[in-house]
This record gives sequence, structure tokens and C-alpha cells, in this order.
Amino acid sequence: MIGLSHYLLVGAALFGLGLFGLLTKRNLIAVLMSIELMLNSVNINLVAFSRFSATDAAAGQVFSLFIIAVAAAEVAVGLALAYAIYRGRDTVSVDEMNWLKW
Amino acid sequence: MWADFSLHHAWLIPLLPALAFAIISFFLLRSPWLAARLAIAAMGTAFLIALGVVWAVGSKGITVEAPFVMKTVWFSMPGLVASMGVLVDPIAAMMLFVVSLISLLVLIYSTGYMTGDPGYARFFAFMSLFAASMLAMVIATNFLQMFVFWELVGLCSYLLIGWYFFKISAREAAKKAFMTTRIGDFGILLGILFLQIAFGTLDFGELAVKVPAYVQQNGVALLTCVALLLFAGPIAKSGQFPLHVWLPDAMEGPTPVSALIHAATMVVAGVYLVARAFAIFSVLPGAMTVIAWLGCFTALFAAAIALTQREIKRILAFSTISQLGYMMLALGVGSLTASMFHLMTHAFFKALLFLGAGSILHALHDKADIFEMGGLRKSMPATCAMMGIAVLAIAGIPPFAGFFSKDEILVAAAHVSTPLYIGASFTAFLTAFYMARLFLVAFFGEENPHNHAHESGLAMLAPMGVLAVFSIIAGIVPFTMGFGDWVRFGPAHHAGIDWGIASASTLIALAGFGLAWAIYGNGARRSDAIVKQVGVLYSLSLNKFYIDEIYQWFNRNIVTGLARVLYWVDLNVVDGIVDGAAQKSGAVGNILRRFQTGQTQHYAALMLMATVMMTLILAITAGAVAGGGKI
Amino acid sequence: MSFPVLSTILFAPIAGAAAITFLPTTAGSTIKKVSAASMGISFLLSLMVFFGYNWQTGGMQFVETLTWLPEMGASYSLGVDGLSAPMILLTALIGFAGVFASWRVDERPKEFFILFLLLVAGVAGTFVARDLFLFLLCYEVVVIPIYIMIILWGSSKRVTKEYAAMKLTIYLLLGSAFLLAGILMLYLNAYPAGARTFSMEALAKAASSGALSPEFQKFAFFFVMLGFGSLLSMWPFHSWSPDGYAGAPTAVSMVHAGVLKKIGGYGLIRIGLLMLPLGFKFWAPLIAAFGVANVAYAAFIALVQKDMKYVVGYSSVSHMGYVLIGIAAADVIGINGAVANMFAHGVMSALFFAMIGHIYHATHTRHIPDLGGLAHQMPRATVGFFLAGMASLGLPGLISFVPEFTIFVGSFKAFPLFAVLAIAGIILTALYVLRVLADVLFGPRRSEWDGVHDLHGADWVPLVVLGAFLIGFGFFPSLLMDVVNSGIEPLTPLLVKIKTAATLWGGL
Repeated sequence: MIGLSHYLLVGAALFGLGLFGLLTKRNLIAVLMSIELMLNSVNINLVAFSRFSATDAAAGQVFSLFIIAVAAAEVAVGLALAYAIYRGRDTVSVDEMNWLKW
Repeated sequence: MWADFSLHHAWLIPLLPALAFAIISFFLLRSPWLAARLAIAAMGTAFLIALGVVWAVGSKGITVEAPFVMKTVWFSMPGLVASMGVLVDPIAAMMLFVVSLISLLVLIYSTGYMTGDPGYARFFAFMSLFAASMLAMVIATNFLQMFVFWELVGLCSYLLIGWYFFKISAREAAKKAFMTTRIGDFGILLGILFLQIAFGTLDFGELAVKVPAYVQQNGVALLTCVALLLFAGPIAKSGQFPLHVWLPDAMEGPTPVSALIHAATMVVAGVYLVARAFAIFSVLPGAMTVIAWLGCFTALFAAAIALTQREIKRILAFSTISQLGYMMLALGVGSLTASMFHLMTHAFFKALLFLGAGSILHALHDKADIFEMGGLRKSMPATCAMMGIAVLAIAGIPPFAGFFSKDEILVAAAHVSTPLYIGASFTAFLTAFYMARLFLVAFFGEENPHNHAHESGLAMLAPMGVLAVFSIIAGIVPFTMGFGDWVRFGPAHHAGIDWGIASASTLIALAGFGLAWAIYGNGARRSDAIVKQVGVLYSLSLNKFYIDEIYQWFNRNIVTGLARVLYWVDLNVVDGIVDGAAQKSGAVGNILRRFQTGQTQHYAALMLMATVMMTLILAITAGAVAGGGKI
Repeated sequence: MSFPVLSTILFAPIAGAAAITFLPTTAGSTIKKVSAASMGISFLLSLMVFFGYNWQTGGMQFVETLTWLPEMGASYSLGVDGLSAPMILLTALIGFAGVFASWRVDERPKEFFILFLLLVAGVAGTFVARDLFLFLLCYEVVVIPIYIMIILWGSSKRVTKEYAAMKLTIYLLLGSAFLLAGILMLYLNAYPAGARTFSMEALAKAASSGALSPEFQKFAFFFVMLGFGSLLSMWPFHSWSPDGYAGAPTAVSMVHAGVLKKIGGYGLIRIGLLMLPLGFKFWAPLIAAFGVANVAYAAFIALVQKDMKYVVGYSSVSHMGYVLIGIAAADVIGINGAVANMFAHGVMSALFFAMIGHIYHATHTRHIPDLGGLAHQMPRATVGFFLAGMASLGLPGLISFVPEFTIFVGSFKAFPLFAVLAIAGIILTALYVLRVLADVLFGPRRSEWDGVHDLHGADWVPLVVLGAFLIGFGFFPSLLMDVVNSGIEPLTPLLVKIKTAATLWGGL
């Protein structure tokens, strides 16, 4: 029987993968993809919790729908930024994107 | 009728010239002719009212004990009520008469003297304000009112001494006058504050009652200090040693200003203040002694300086200091009558002397050295005659005005202390000598061919004539009419002439004349030989005993030095700490900014670590959270 | 409800600023006219408030109250009493004069006047607020325009204008941080949760009801003292003031020295004394000592300054010393004098700065040794400069004599030694004032200034308006003193209580 913990494990694994990618990937596109992974892991958690434990079953699912919408917007903005940076600076490596300091 | 009106409208006496000042400065600066007429008209009316007041004092039996008082509240708060008002008693009436008369004459004189000055109208405005301030001070009912107008008198003297403001010397002289009197103001303000706090009033009438009572209960020690603080004001204003230094420099102003300052306003303000507050001073023997000795010393000291000065107005300035010393001496030995009498006679002959000097300077285009004048007797006979009268008056030759008042002072001094009497008499000798020197050197002897002197016009001579008449009669007439019955403190005092002292002083004055004749007579200049013999004394006197230099040194080195040190402290210590703190904050920021790498992934890693840490902390303290909700 | 006079005073400049935002940048003269009109409304209404204030009955008048943030106990409540009526008049007066003193600002006039009007509105708000929250809000509104105005329109002399602006702003913000801490402490401790309020009247009652322990008052007052003290340029937190004034454009110097500083003195009385009386008693000797340091130290330093604005800057520090001493005396007479002196100093220093601004505009220098003999070319500016100088040295017949005298009377009893030292300050004041007057105005004619303009057109307004108050209140001090006294006299029971209260921990 697949229970709540299985979903949570999948979610956690996905989150860990995403986090790992976020912290280690040098390619901006890959970083954005990692972020998507993390957001999706959160979605899994939300849907799972709403299915197994919440009294109001719809709340978690509505919330994840919101997250999907936000994620889409975020990807749009992120990719636009990445593209703009690429055009301007000829790079998609996050190591080289440190000009917003000080 | 007129007397009654005047008495009840005595406040008009200062108000009219003040209004003249306001009207001239707002509307008439471009119409000098009108401005002068307005100022004279206002002053003349004020003089008429002052005459009415004098008449009223005589006819209504207003005495020092029962003055006429009107007052109104100026501002008030719990524990401090300041009023403004009018106090008319014989002393004030006498002052009103003298001040308004001399101001009027000087204003008339100025119409001639100031002709062609670009600030003609402004001059009359300032002179009106000067007279107004002095007149308002004279009728003050309390110390605060007196101080207010006392300061305004100082302001006007500043403006008028610095009249030729384009001259550095005039500018500095004006500043000096203000500063020196400010030092005195410090003392007087402290004294006033103490009186206010100790007695809860500054009213002369109330203080006259409360102070003697206080002295009876608590002794004189504290009040003597207060009186001496109060006296600091007169020291500065009336040019007493050691704050006399501004007075000779004040000669930088136009001559009518000098006449007004020396005769009617400003310098006599100090003497008047002591007289007004005589109820306080007279119960404090310590203070009185100081006043007497300081007055005597100043008289002698200034006379010693006057011996060697060469500029005509400077000689007169030191002579004023010396005569003010006399007035203080008289107050110090307890004779208010003598002091006020001398104040009055001195006002007339000193105004005359200054106006005469102005007439000479006008004719010689401001050539001030008496040794460059010579033989003015022929070209300026009227001026010469009137100056002669004034010289006789100041030297104390009977029956001229100075004789009677000086005699009263000498009598009063002789009653109290022989050394004071001797000092005063010796001063009389010096006075006769230097005045005769001035007169002989300037008017007699060879005519200086470079001078093209000419007699002054009527506008200048007429006021001088009036003053000459007063210089003759202002002694004998009041003397015979019982001046001492009215202007007095304590019981009326009927001094007949003490023939011994009178004849001695006359002889002394004649001796002074004789010595001057011996040295300077007939155009001779036998002084050089004497100078050689007493070189040190001569240069001490010529350089005014180096008092100015001492002050300058003090100001330059001590005051400015301290200011520089404090400025350094401000820039380097106070601001140093401030800037240092800013720098340290900057340094800390410099370290902290290293955490801001600009690498997004570093931030993300930091966030991760922080989250983990917080989770751990929460996990560890979870028990406590579950237990009581308190960490 | 009657016509909201105080709100109109407060919002007329804001409305003016809003109107200016719709004007084109190039419409310089229209912008100035709109500013003048909006400040004129404020000025006229504040005259109405001041002279319409019934000092015989006293108390808060022209009251307006609207609920605002009831959860926190903050409300929009305005009103004036004898303490704030002179201050609101002063604010509007100097704001009005300041607009005309800025008439020759041609660089970015739009931004300048918007910021200036906001600044004046903020200052006005602090004085009419009857609610601490509103008070703090208005106070914070004030700081930012000043910073921008100094940076954009200021001038760099001994220090750069950026440094001056930074120093001034950081000092004010630091002061307000202390203040905020002190006020929050007061807010939290005065009443239990739920009953908390920012109302000044209510907070002033907390101390007398015993809700605030003496130790607490002592602690909280320290913060309030630091906050208001640095705002009042209390020694040793004064050094922003000369630098700031020297860097600031004329109108900002006028408003800052004229009224903004006075918030410090006002707050020390309104918040420090009324709400934390025992703390006040504990710290009063220190305030008096600092006050004396202000008077003497700054006066000495003013003696050797070469820049006119620095002289006036240090002089204002020096004059604030009198205010501090007067307040610290904790005596009806002394506090009366302190409040009146704040008014007097405001008028006088505003006039000073206006005249210096004019001279600087005409000659492009403020360096005293370069100037001289200006009375030849600028007789009208000379009159203004001279009047301000004479008022500064406390000449009777001008506005500042009576307040100073009153302060001396009040403080002589409480701190005789300090009072004597402070009175000695009149000598130093005269020394530096006369030096500036002599070196700038008098002396030989200098041909290089022959072509310069004297006051003309709009330049007259500051001289006439400020001069009228300088002389009018000088000759008729009761016009000012009666109003002030109506605000201070009711404090008598409190002051008596302070006098008789046991000294805390031996006192200072």
C-alpha cells in the first residue's frame, strides 16, 4: 500500500536533487530547472498532505495550482533574464554573474 | 497748566525724538533738509516738555522722597514682573533739562557741521535715537528699564562713533566702545539679577526701602559685592579706570557726537545710574569707598594722560574721564548733590569745548593736532572767546560754572578723607594746566601759514553761544537758588562756600594756568626740555600708560588663543570622535561586505545552512516549546 | 466642527507641493508663486492662531481629533497651547520668509520647492501634534528633504556638501533612534497592554499617577535627552550644526536653525519634562552643564571662524545653550525664557542666514577676510545683517533680550555658577558678532563689489517680515511672553513636585 510517507520521500528526493542542482550547477538554465524541481517537490508534498491528512481536501491542491502558475511566471521571467544576460554578456554561467555585489 | 501737562506726559520727552528717528529712517532718508528740521522740532518740543517738568517739580513740591511715578507692565510672568514707566524727581528733572537742552543745541549745531555728509538725514535719525534712549533712561523707574535704555544708548554710541564706517579706525573704535561697555554690562546684569532674586523687585522705590532693611538684618557683605557688580556698568560706561579705554577712541565719531556722548548722554549715564541707585550704594560703606577712590584715581590718572596728548579731541576726552572721576568721587564721599551739580555744569562747558573743537576742526578740515593750529585767535575770534569761557569754567575760576560744582566736590571730599581731597585738588591743578595748554597752543602764538581758518557759520556759533552763557551762569544761579535743596539724597544740605577750600582751589587753578603760560605762553614751546628730563613719565603719559596695549595683548593672545585651541579641539577631538566612529562603521562594513559575493549560489547555500540551523535549534528546544511556549 | 485651522496650516504646504508636481520643470516663477501662496496661507493662519490664542484661558486650543490607528492608541490629533503656539507661528513665518529667500534658486526649482514645502509641513506637524506617533512621523518626514536639498543645492566650503549632508542626516537619524527607543519605552510602560496610547496628554498623566518608577524615568529620560539633545545641538553632539548650516542652501539653513532645532527644546519640555519629570530632575544638572559648555565653547569658536555661515552656525549652538540652561532650571521663569528664546533665536538666525545668503549670492563668497565695506554697496542688506547681529548679542529692544534676561533670572536660582558663566557668554557673543559686523559690513569701500545688487524685489520679504517680529516682539515682549506663559504657568505644580522630589541615587 502506498502511503503518505512514500509521497513525502519522493518529494524529499526531488527537493534534494533540486537543491543540489541549484547549489552546484554552473549553467543558469540548469539552475532554473533545479528550481522548477524544488517547486514541483513542494507541489507533491502539498497534494499528498491534502489527500491524506487535511480536512479540507481542496486547499492543498489549490495552493499547488497557484505554485504552478507562479513557477510558470518565474520561468518566463528567469528565461528572459537569462536570455538578456546571454545577449549582453555572452555567458550563461552563474559564476560569472557576480556584478550585483557591493 | 503746561507744567501739569508736561508732568503727566513726561513719556513724550523720549518718545518724540524716538518717533523722529522712526519717521526719518523710514521715510525721510532722502530728504535731509526735512529730516534735520523734524529732528530739531521733535527735540525742541521735548525740551519744552522737559522745562515744564522742571517747573512742575518746583511748583508741585516733588522731592526725592516723593517722586512722581507712572508705570505700566512691560511683560510679566509668575515671579517676574517687569514694568516700564516714568519717574520724575528733582534729579531726573535736572537730567531731563540738561540732556534735552544739550541734545537740542547739538542737533542745531549739526545742521552746520554735517553739511555735505552723504548720510545727513541718517545722522539726525541716529542722534535723535541717542537722545531718546538717554532721556528714557533718565526717567526709568526700575533697573530693568534703565538697563534696556542703557544698552540702547550704547548701541547709538556704537553707530555714531562708527559714523565714518569706511575708516578702519572709526570702525574699530566703535567696536571697542561696544565691547568695553559690554564688559561692564556683564557686571550690571549680574547685579540686577541678584537684586531681582533677592528682593523680587527692581523698582528703585521699593529697593530703596528693602535694601536698608536687608542690610540691617544681614549685614553688608553680600550686598557690597552686588553693588560692586552694579558699579561695573558705570565703570565701563562712564570711562572709569580701567575700562576708560574706549572713550578717547570714541573721538573717531563726528564732533557733535563727541559733544553729545561726553556732555549729555552715554558717559553721564554711569554717574546717573549710581545716583539713581544711591539708596543702595549709600548704605554700603565698602562700595562707597571703592567708588570714591576709583573716582579719585581715575580723575588723576586721566588728567596725567591729558597733559601730553596732542590731538584736541583726545585732550578733551581725557579731560572728560577726569571730570567723570570727580563725579564718581563726589558720589563715593556721599554727596549726590555735588556730583549732580558737577554733572550739570560739566555738561555745559564740555559740550561747549567739544563744539568749539568741532568748529576748529571744521575750519581746519580735520587737522586735529593742537601744535599744528596756532594763532587761531585772529581767524576765529568768536570760537576763541567761547572756548576761553569754557576753559575758565572747567578750570574752576570763579564765578564760572565749574567753580561752584568743583568746590562742592572738594568740600565733600575734604569732609571724608584728606588724601581724597589732596588727589582731587592736584587733579584740579593738572586740569587747569592742560586746558590752558590746549587754549594757549591752539589759539595763541604764531599763526600756521598752512591753515586757512575761517569762523564758523551761525548754525554752529549760536548753540555755542547758548552754551557759553550756561557755562557762566550754570554754577552761580543754581547755587543761589538752592540746588542742594532739590537735588539731594538724605537731608537737604546747605553748603555755603567754604572760603578756605574755595580760595585754595582758585589759587591752584591759577597756578596751573601760570605753569602753562610759563611753558607755552607767547607761542613758546619750552616743553621739549622738560620732556627730556622726565622721559619715562612723558612716554607713559603719552602712551596712556599702555593700558590699550595690555588689553590688545590679552585679546590677541588669551582670548583668541583660547578660541583657537577650542576650535582645534572641536575639529580634532569632538569631530574626530564623530568621524572616527563613522570610519569604524565603515571598516566593519568593509569586513561584512565580504559575505556579499554576488554569487547567487552562495546566498542560496547560506540560506540552506541557516534553515538547517534553525530547524536544529527548534528540534532541540522542541520539548521546551511544547512544555510552556517559552524559550 | 469648526474650520480645521491647524490642518490647513499643515496641509497647505503639502497641497502646494502637490500642485507643483503638476507644473512643468521650466515654470520657475509659477512654481515660486505657488510656493509663496501656499506658505502665505500657512503664515496667515498661523498668525491667526498665535494672536487668536486665548492666553487668559490657556490650555489646548484649535483642537482637532480624528481616530487613526485605534489598535495602537494613535490618533490624528492636533492642537496648540502656549508652548506650541509660538513654535507654529515661527515655523510658518520662517517657511514663508524662506520661500522668498530662495527666490533666486534657478537650478531645478521644481524639486527644490517641493522638498522645501514638505520640510516645512513636517516641522509644522511636530509642533501641532498632540500625539506622539504623529509627532515621530512628522519628525521623520523632515529629515529626508534636508539631506537631498543639501546634496543638490548646497555648497562645499571647509567640508564638502556631501559630508555635511551625511553628518547632519546621520546625527538626526541617530538622535531619532534614541528618541524612538525612549518613546517606545514610555509607551510600553505607561499603560498596560490594551490601554496603551500615544496621546501626549494621557502620557503626561502617567508619571503623576505613579505608573512610571523613578528608575524607569531616569533610564528613559536618558534616551530622550540624547535624542532631543543632539537635535538641539547640545554639546558635545553639536558638530553637525555648523557644518550642516554651512553646506545647506539658504532656506534650509533658515528652517533648520530657525525651527527644526527647536523641536529639540520643545520635545525636552513636552516629552522629557512633562512625561518623565523625575528623570528630568536627575539629568537636569547635566543638561545645564552641557548648556554652559554650549554657550561658552561655541562662542569662543565662533570668534575665530572665517566663514560667515560658520560664525552663525556656532552662534546658534551657543544660543541653544541658553535654552538648555533655561529648561534645566526647572523653574517657570527659566522655562518661559527658554521657550521665548527659541522663538527669538529662530527669527534672528533666519534673518541672519537670509542676509548671508543674499550676500553670498551677490558676491559669491562667504569668506570674511574677502569681504568688507559692504555697507557702501548694500545698505539694505546691511540693515538686515545689523539687526540680526544686534538681536544675537541680546540688545534690548530687539526680540532676544527679554527671553535671555528671563532665562538668567530663572536659572540663577537653580544653578548660580552656571548662570554666571552663561551670562559671561554675552561678552563673547558681542565679541564675535561685532567682529563679523565690522569685518563684513564696515571698513573701506572695496571696488570689486561695486556692481553687486542690494536687496531688491523678493529679497525684501525676509527682511521686512522677520525684522517686524524682531523689533515688534522686542518692544512689546508681552505679546510673546503672555502666550508662552499661558503654556508654562500650568506646569507650576509639576515643577514644585520636581523641586521637592527626593533626589534619585544621590543625583548627579
